[in-house]
Amino acid sequence: MERLTVDVAIIGGGIAACSAAVALREAGLTVALLEKRLCGGGASGVNFGGVRQQGRDFSELPLSRRARVLWDGLGAKLAEDVGFEATGHIKLARSESDMAVLEAYARDAAEYGLDLQLLGANALRAEMPWLGPAVVGASLSPTDGQANPRVVGPAFARLARRLGAEVREHAPVRHAAHDGAGFTVEAEGVSVRSRSLVNAAGAYGGAVAGWFGEAAPVAPLSPNMVVTEPLPHLVTRSIGVVGGDVYVRQTRRGNVVLGGGRGTADSVDGLARPVSATSLGAMDKTLTLIPDLAHAQVIRSWSGLDGEMPDHIPVIGLSASTPGLVHAFGFSGHGFQLGPVVGEILAELVTQGRSASPLHPFRIERFAAWRGPYRSEGEIEH
Amino acid sequence: MSEPVPAEPTLAIVGAGPAGLRAAQVLTEAGLRPILLDEGHRAGGQIYRRPPPGAERPAAALYGFEAGRAQALHDLADALASQIDYRPDTMVWGIAPRAPFGFDLDCLGPRGHERIAVDRLVLATGAMDRTLPFPGWTLPGVFTLGAAQIALKAQGMAIGRRVALVGAGPLLPLVAHQYAKAGATLAAVLDVTPLGAKVTAVPRLALLPGTLAKGVWYTVAGALRGLPVRSGVRAIAVEGGRQVEALTWDDARGRRHRVACDAVGASFGLRSEAQAADLAGCRFVFEPVTRQWQPERSPEGRASHPHVYLAGDGSGIGGADVAELQGERTALALLADLGRPRDAAREARLDRRLARHAGFRAALDAAYPYPHHLVDGIGDDEIVCRCEGITAGTLRRAATERDAREMNRLKALTRAGMGRCQGRVCGHAAAEILARTLAVPVETVGRLRGQAPIKPIPLREPV
Ligand SMILES: Cc1cc2nc3c(=O)[nH]c(=O)nc-3n(C[C@H](O)[C@H](O)[C@H](O)COP(=O)(O)OP(=O)(O)OC[C@H]3O[C@@H](n4cnc5c(N)ncnc54)[C@H](O)[C@@H]3O)c2cc1C
Ligand SMILES: Cc1cc2nc3c(=O)[nH]c(=O)nc-3n(C[C@H](O)[C@H](O)[C@H](O)COP(=O)(O)OP(=O)(O)OC[C@H]3O[C@@H](n4cnc5c(N)ncnc54)[C@H](O)[C@@H]3O)c2cc1C
Repeated sequence: MERLTVDVAIIGGGIAACSAAVALREAGLTVALLEKRLCGGGASGVNFGGVRQQGRDFSELPLSRRARVLWDGLGAKLAEDVGFEATGHIKLARSESDMAVLEAYARDAAEYGLDLQLLGANALRAEMPWLGPAVVGASLSPTDGQANPRVVGPAFARLARRLGAEVREHAPVRHAAHDGAGFTVEAEGVSVRSRSLVNAAGAYGGAVAGWFGEAAPVAPLSPNMVVTEPLPHLVTRSIGVVGGDVYVRQTRRGNVVLGGGRGTADSVDGLARPVSATSLGAMDKTLTLIPDLAHAQVIRSWSGLDGEMPDHIPVIGLSASTPGLVHAFGFSGHGFQLGPVVGEILAELVTQGRSASPLHPFRIERFAAWRGPYRSEGEIEH
Repeated sequence: MSEPVPAEPTLAIVGAGPAGLRAAQVLTEAGLRPILLDEGHRAGGQIYRRPPPGAERPAAALYGFEAGRAQALHDLADALASQIDYRPDTMVWGIAPRAPFGFDLDCLGPRGHERIAVDRLVLATGAMDRTLPFPGWTLPGVFTLGAAQIALKAQGMAIGRRVALVGAGPLLPLVAHQYAKAGATLAAVLDVTPLGAKVTAVPRLALLPGTLAKGVWYTVAGALRGLPVRSGVRAIAVEGGRQVEALTWDDARGRRHRVACDAVGASFGLRSEAQAADLAGCRFVFEPVTRQWQPERSPEGRASHPHVYLAGDGSGIGGADVAELQGERTALALLADLGRPRDAAREARLDRRLARHAGFRAALDAAYPYPHHLVDGIGDDEIVCRCEGITAGTLRRAATERDAREMNRLKALTRAGMGRCQGRVCGHAAAEILARTLAVPVETVGRLRGQAPIKPIPLREPV
């Protein structure tokens, strides 16, 4: 059994954990990161790839705005082509009431410095003549875009290693405890002593919090994804809809990725699977938005496992029960865009006990009175 | 089985090759009416593939010495058609376990998408050629040996006027023989495995003549008839500007050779088409001789999943005769699990024959080892993943510079196996390259995870 003693132990190896490892090394602390499988192989590696501020809960916008700045420099920082492109994110209205929702959101988002452009049917058709007749208007966020999720997490992990972090893969953490002096984290093949502990275990973050007597109801969330073979470039922007029941983007390579609805998550092994009926439904909905895709061939479907909180925003902040413990989990289907800033925030919390970003809405104590399990359902925007 | 068995369980067989047809026969004999799903237009599978109606040729011309067996299988298929729920032109593209047990099959057929709930599943999905990259392998005019054979069986045509064949498996002499018989001009027949292995294996093979064994005999017989057969060749390369113009190679003594040709058939053994078993939740095991992952199968044909039965090349390469025996055997196992009366003598007879074949198969595998040594000769510029245009160099760098130690991670970082074929063509070669670069046994790099659809489906449902 390997034994490590470090300043900070991190449970998890998703984008939150790996970016935290980087930021903590940059702050000069020693770090051990423990990942159950492979870094960036969970939700962080299989998500839709939407890098979107538009449509977020307003409490997330300050973080999301800060993250957006980081995305511009992320490829250079990670020395990896992360495929980030500010293609814009356009949210479509399929009815007048949808349009009213978009108008109201745009008004309020402006207060957070997020500029959204409202497009009526004519302006929208002029820009995207290939949209189907069901679409009546839209809200465009020109600075949003998309990236390649498969490479971002692993690249963060490699950078963390280059900076000197101890990164252990295939090392599931079985238990962690605080003995007054520090933390002992028991993982397969390795035991870590640390002053601080970061809980970035994604869908398992609630279980980890439970080891420290903190309630955090996390439900498994497994969005259902489908991808076509590469096609000539057509879908110029990342597309969402009011209601969130379908979303579509086209990758640089030309594949059209589409999602909507949920797959299934196996709570035993934590693996998520797509559901065929859901895939067919998302395919139909995509065709109503973009009829020209009728002849495309679907080559794969998949899902992934994220943690969803009852109020659809994550837990980020200091533990209320244990000094030195910091949480960041339950990103509820939209934590990819936030990933780069979550690491910085976690480093701020570990080194200074506070963050430059407003974290009050994300405190774990909001669930202190929560009793019993929680099942999530309905549509989720990414 | 502890769970309740429905009085009339719904049984589905995927694949109407020799394995699937024999399984269907046994189930109908027991008074059941299985659903038989097959992508093909006509039953028969790979080896006994039938030409489209109207383009028939005499069985003897199409199947050679297997004509008798082919005829028997086709007759069986025709006889079964009215006793089973036979669905040709139907691809099973998704399989999902359903509660409390059984499966939902997602099918795309002449009536569009259909979801079929079944209690038990026989998977007899067959095999496809294994490829390895070599210079020029993506040029128009290069086919797999199997494709060369399909052209002959289904369309009655050769892949070119002057054809060179390259391989490492019993299919090579077999296809050479069939092409020669059909009157095609063979520019060269090149075996990348050494003749030595075959000569020592042949006496053992002679003990049990089976379809694939006959292929080995052609190594000798073909040479006798003056076919340009060469063994132990290396450094194969196809030359040509916009399509195949010539094939070059080094002989066993290192001398370079070149023949002009306009088509090349090349492949290196077979790989099981096991995506259906993967989606059904079957456990996979690594088969060290043929160096591939296959669904675990008991000698009687049971999969690790209690309601899945396996037969034929889809769960271990054994050839057509073995596929028939396994189809029969696994259906008997299924009937036993349903609590039907058992015919112990018949089971024992099949088990004995299958055991003999297994020994014989080992000899055959020794005669035609998978030529993984060729992996070292694949240049960095060579494309491995055709769908995505990913080179061997990119794969090697992902291993050395980007921490790729496992196949799914290799795919995530490089896109290899992420295209239209989902790694069915390049997966094995990519695994060999990754393992070789990391200097680890190939089984440690794992295998690509399967997901629906098993093969591409159109975004809009065809009507
Ligand atoms: C299909 C899908 C589509 C999505 N689309 C988008 C999108 O378009 N835009 C967007 O912004 N967000 C999207 N999301 C959400 C986003 O991917 C997640 O919110 C984000 O990746 C969460 O990062 P994480 O680091 O918290 O979790 P994860 O990436 O899940 O990482 C958690 C890690 O912890 C590990 N772990 C768990 N338990 C233990 C343990 N006991 N010991 C050691 N390790 C452990 C897990 O193996 C996992 O690797 C999507 C999510 C999914 C699943
Ligand atoms: C191209 C090729 C040529 C071959 N030629 C010879 C030969 O000449 N001699 C020899 O001994 N062996 C040959 N083989 C080996 C061959 O696999 C076996 O001899 C024999 O055909 C195996 O029988 P089977 O029933 O296991 O599979 P197959 O005969 O391959 O039958 C499998 C059937 O399943 C169907 N199927 C598979 N997946 C699905 C799905 N998802 N949905 C619906 N249907 C599906 C296929 O269309 C096919 O009809 C060849 C193999 C290949 C790939």
